[in-house]
Amino acid sequence: MSIERQEIEKLATLSRIAIGEDTITEVSERLSSVLELVDQLQAVNTEGVEAMSHPMKATQRLREDEISEINQREAFQAVAPDTEDGLFLVPKVIE
Amino acid sequence: MSHSGWETVIGLEVHVQLATKTKIFSGASTAFGAEANTQACAIDLAMPGTLPVLNKQAVHYAVMFGLAIDAEIGKESAFERKNYFYPDSPKGYQTTQLEKPIVGRGNVEITLADGRTKNVRIHHAHLEEDAGKSLHEGDFRHGVSGIDLNRAGTPLIEIVSEPDMSNAEEAIAFAKRLHSIVTSIGICDGEMSQGSMRFDVNVSVRPTGTTELGTRTETKNLNSYKFMEEAIAKEVERQIDLIEDGGIIKQETRLYNGDTKVARSMRSKEEANDYRYFPCPDLLPVIVSDETIAELRRNLPELPDARQARFIEQYGLSHYDAGVIGSDAAMAAFFEIAAEKSGNAKLTANWIMGELAARLNSQDLSISKSPVSAEQLGGLVARIADDSISGKMAKQVFEGMWAGEGSADEIIEARGLKQVSDSGALEQMVVDVLTANQAMVDDYISSDEAKRKKKLGGFMGKIMQASKGQANPQQVNQILAQKLNELL
Amino acid sequence: MHNLTIAELVTGLQSKEFSSVELTQHFLARIAKLDANYNALITVTADQALKAAAAADERLAAGNAPALCGVPILHKDIFCTNGVRTSCGSKMLDNFIPPYNATVVENFEQAGAVVLGKTNMDEFAMGSSNETSFYGPVKNPWASDSVPGGSSGGSAAAVAARLAPGATATDTGGSIRQPAALCGITGLKPTYGRVSRWGMIAFASSLDQGGPMARTAEDCALLLNCMASYDDKDSTCIDREVPDYSATLGDSIKGLKIGVPSEYFSEGLDPDTEKTVRTALAEYEAQGAELVEISLPNTGLSVPAYYVIAPAEASTNLTRFDGVRYGYRCEDPKDLNDLYTRTRAEGFGDEVKHRILIGTYCLSAGYYDAYYGKAQQVRQLIQQDFEKAFEQVDVIMGPTTPSPAFKFGSKGDDPVAMYLEDIYTVATNLAGLPGMSVPCGMVDNKPVGLQIIGNYFDEARMLNIAHQYQQATKWHSLAPEGIA
Repeated sequence: MSIERQEIEKLATLSRIAIGEDTITEVSERLSSVLELVDQLQAVNTEGVEAMSHPMKATQRLREDEISEINQREAFQAVAPDTEDGLFLVPKVIE
Repeated sequence: MSHSGWETVIGLEVHVQLATKTKIFSGASTAFGAEANTQACAIDLAMPGTLPVLNKQAVHYAVMFGLAIDAEIGKESAFERKNYFYPDSPKGYQTTQLEKPIVGRGNVEITLADGRTKNVRIHHAHLEEDAGKSLHEGDFRHGVSGIDLNRAGTPLIEIVSEPDMSNAEEAIAFAKRLHSIVTSIGICDGEMSQGSMRFDVNVSVRPTGTTELGTRTETKNLNSYKFMEEAIAKEVERQIDLIEDGGIIKQETRLYNGDTKVARSMRSKEEANDYRYFPCPDLLPVIVSDETIAELRRNLPELPDARQARFIEQYGLSHYDAGVIGSDAAMAAFFEIAAEKSGNAKLTANWIMGELAARLNSQDLSISKSPVSAEQLGGLVARIADDSISGKMAKQVFEGMWAGEGSADEIIEARGLKQVSDSGALEQMVVDVLTANQAMVDDYISSDEAKRKKKLGGFMGKIMQASKGQANPQQVNQILAQKLNELL
Repeated sequence: MHNLTIAELVTGLQSKEFSSVELTQHFLARIAKLDANYNALITVTADQALKAAAAADERLAAGNAPALCGVPILHKDIFCTNGVRTSCGSKMLDNFIPPYNATVVENFEQAGAVVLGKTNMDEFAMGSSNETSFYGPVKNPWASDSVPGGSSGGSAAAVAARLAPGATATDTGGSIRQPAALCGITGLKPTYGRVSRWGMIAFASSLDQGGPMARTAEDCALLLNCMASYDDKDSTCIDREVPDYSATLGDSIKGLKIGVPSEYFSEGLDPDTEKTVRTALAEYEAQGAELVEISLPNTGLSVPAYYVIAPAEASTNLTRFDGVRYGYRCEDPKDLNDLYTRTRAEGFGDEVKHRILIGTYCLSAGYYDAYYGKAQQVRQLIQQDFEKAFEQVDVIMGPTTPSPAFKFGSKGDDPVAMYLEDIYTVATNLAGLPGMSVPCGMVDNKPVGLQIIGNYFDEARMLNIAHQYQQATKWHSLAPEGIA
């Protein structure tokens, strides 16, 4: 299955990855090639087969509601690109 | 507002912050009001390699809500990732429930002003995590927002109703009922001003008598009943005007600013969103055992309906008073403590719904933040009930308590407000005033029956003045009438 | 000293034949001298290592030394190390210094191991050749024109080149076993949930699993003893006792039933590689094991299913890299969208970006059922294949890879050619089963790996089986030219 340019643009928007005009054809070819591989799945009869999202048949463990974390803002913000007054700064958010 | 020919259909999505000590997936504190990002741990910040572990209390609170609305409980529920980029969503996805929510279908009965009741169906309620906050104001550089992730990961249940409400009154009654339920069972602190409950309102209109639903819009994040009412009114009007002008309603997310009274479409949500929900591979199926459900059911705190009935039975409150006080968990708890202390439940109820409610309202405070404690108010009511102070003095004492001057008895003592009810002392006071005002007495004696009554007031004023307002007026009245009668 | 196994180093340290500082200096010197040839390390932590070695020597002298006290190791640069840059092979995290340790790192610290540095890897563990690393490709110590395999190519090459006696690694679709095979060392991917994923930067959460790499199975047992643990910070970690993997290495394998899946010996397998693997199987027969022909009919679907599930999970695991809280941020973003799109376009390499796009596609509205939903069903079928097989046999064996190490650039621009390198390894990740690779011969002077797939939590038996083979063969002790 080959993938249209329009679709690549939509994927780029959804995944917030800028794709240059010069590489869009190459990206499209690579993605089409992978889709061709995974399209083999379409031929399989999976009627009545349960989807498996986890290798182990375990269930979720529950944590007691007790505070176990201390304030480490300094340490975390030491690796942040831009902070001020304890806040992470980003270009203005428009709602 | 009348829009003949149109009817409104309203559904609500209600976000309720659960009153857990820690986040839904981390051990960081959820306390409100901390300095920015001091309660955002590695998990909340989505640092690389960090993983979620589910908070047991959050699961139990969600189940308790399900039990309170008589809903099906999802004995096996699961978490999905809802993918979208936004600076207040640090992982780039929200961990939420879609296919298998923890609470299934349920019902909430609402009572309207005219006494009618109506059932609102709950579609489901699911567990999810709250986002952080983007701060746009303040003294940042121009064109910059600041991100505070303290709130990120706070556990929420999102309660999704069916579109069963047909006007703002019903929507607000429903919202208030939910508030009453979640605060009564103690799963939420109910602090609307802190965002503990937020409402998304889905509104559509259709020609009266038709059954097909119109296109709906969603107004997000309303955090007061007043704003809800205003937003619904504005949106209904907008939709009807638009359709009547030949326009078409666009399905969209909207914002309503309660301060500026302006409603608008939300720009960032305009682009076609595709959330790509899929099962979160870092979390496993959540199993709630029958034993756990039974135990939570056994220990479920009193629900509003039961409490209102009990207030009528136990305290002799009227239906109306029991309805007002009994529906608000914090107010109900306040009432019970104050009534116990005062020994007079009805008078306590009057003071809570009257003076106290008015003062709290005027300063936008919830009862749990009241500067006057339940014990203090009970102490005040006790002094009114035993005639130690007059109603007028009580208001002064209340002011003193509000200002932090101490208990009712301390303020009465300090301000010298004690009402004089000792009949010997009062009698002497009356005699002294009559002796000192012989002219008034003569005038009284010479007047006819009808005029005498009016003239009594003059003596009362003098006596109260002489007692510096501390004389028990009922008693003074009685003694005065008796003394004057003797002179006739 | 660098030719000694970890087991021998432990004995030497405890009998004071040499000190940990001497040992650490020796390996640091080798890294300084030789790694320019391989590019196996991204970060060398010489100062911390020497400090840790001195502390280890004190504990050894005091006589209360834990299991791996003073033994130098390397961590794959996917494990977060407190205070030490953790790049995951990406420009995105080139400047990222975590203020916390992965549980695996913590476990090795507790065991007294000395960390020499962090190893090179495919970016975000996405690759089978180590060519996608931001820090440049790793060279195979057996042939400098060939790949070491991936994604744990740095760990594998470092162990093969005797830059360290052991290393940690991770395996999402073969990333421990394939480079182990290509570099002629032993590597084990444990059962999903055996090793904590806390602090291990996620690629595909339901497939990722950390595991050890060393020259021998005996050493892998020593490393796994320390690496495996129950961790309540990882919801998917299984609460199950960790056995002493060293204790059963000497057990007899007489009567062992080895399943040989016909699908692992079909078209696409290099004939010389096949011959080498069959010789290894014959050795097992000679030791008293029984070979049983089995079928894993859905093997051919494992690569397609994997290349839906892994990118889908990765596409959302990697959304957190947005230039807001840590890592790379583009210069002068003009608005929020520009910050996101340019940070991610510039911070991620091509393979990572392509996989994010594929994963996004497979999860998007209208395609979910056909791709992600379908792949999850096929995953179930693949697991059922193994369940049936393990009713008949104790372990399954076959080749780890279709051929020995290939040359750089030889897979060209077609990603699918590279993806087929994983044909024998991805199925175990989909099923969550443990798998390992053991050196079993040479083709064109390049190593060949024998893959051993065990039932759930059967690592002790697999290590025992591999150890018995290594007692009778010498493939694991061969060294690349110029190394010994």
